[in-house]
Amino acid sequence: MDRIAVQTNVLKANQEAATENRRLFEREGMLVINLMSAPGAGKTSLLEATIRGLRDRYRLAVIEGDLQTDLDAQRIRALGTRSHQITTGTVCHLDARMIARALAEFPVQGLDLLVIENVGNLICPASYDLGEGLRVVICSVAEGPEKPKKYPVMFHKTDVVLLNKTDLAAASGVDLRELETNVREVNPMATVFPVSCRTGTGLEAWITWLQDAIASRTIAAAART
Amino acid sequence: MHELSIAQSIVEIAEANARERKVQCIQTVKIRLGEFTTVVPEALDFAFEIARRGTLAENARLEIESVPMVVHCVACGTVTDPVRDVCLICPQCGLPLEVISGEELQVEYIEAESVARSV
Repeated sequence: MDRIAVQTNVLKANQEAATENRRLFEREGMLVINLMSAPGAGKTSLLEATIRGLRDRYRLAVIEGDLQTDLDAQRIRALGTRSHQITTGTVCHLDARMIARALAEFPVQGLDLLVIENVGNLICPASYDLGEGLRVVICSVAEGPEKPKKYPVMFHKTDVVLLNKTDLAAASGVDLRELETNVREVNPMATVFPVSCRTGTGLEAWITWLQDAIASRTIAAAART
Repeated sequence: MHELSIAQSIVEIAEANARERKVQCIQTVKIRLGEFTTVVPEALDFAFEIARRGTLAENARLEIESVPMVVHCVACGTVTDPVRDVCLICPQCGLPLEVISGEELQVEYIEAESVARSV
């Protein structure tokens, strides 16, 4: 019996593809967001609100990931924004190679912001780097305050957490401060925005922050050339 | 259930190494799996049984070494084991803790019968 040393990261192939994607995004100077949440937390609603807030100033596009249907891509197109649907069939997350394939038929050159809306799932997408510059996780308050502790990898690895549906906090019997404390314990460095996509509360702070993030990306790209 | 994708990657890596060394019939695939990942050992074991079919790892056993989650404070050096209730704020000084182990997902080695001597 021979023992052969391997010492290889299981996700190596994905990471190589993610590095290629990231190079392309950086060369183009665009900010790329990997948007993740449980199903129904409000990813597409947040996207709609974000597009309305940014479309006059920036060139945007969206890649949608779902198991089935192109309903989300249709919602984005209804706003006049380009979108591309990836249907994963039974796969519970997007991976970097799926994004690379999508980019072959969905040109993103010249964009300021590309949002990749991942499959609704708080577990699997956390493990797959897509080449994004920013990870954003949405947690709706109606899911309960303990979700960051139950899905710590997802919440630990993100840059931004949006606490959506704050208008439902009282009706759901959820203490928003308890939810925010749980986010901070799992990820003390995260930027947190309480928002309600339905009432519009808190969205201005998020959109202003995002504009700064887009601007700093453009400045960084200009400095490289 | 992304354990199947993970298991397929493990089999691909194991097969690539077996081919490179011109061995057939992989007997063991040893991996290190951190506690602070999204991969469940039991689910991975089951997925591996499916993923190995028709490959050089057809009869291989998946050996999983679990790596505990350990965090430390960059400021005061406090080392803790936060697994029960993940809190990544230092209990001593209130600063963010850094994860120093528990995120591993790595194929360590394979064991195989060496048969093909004709290069």
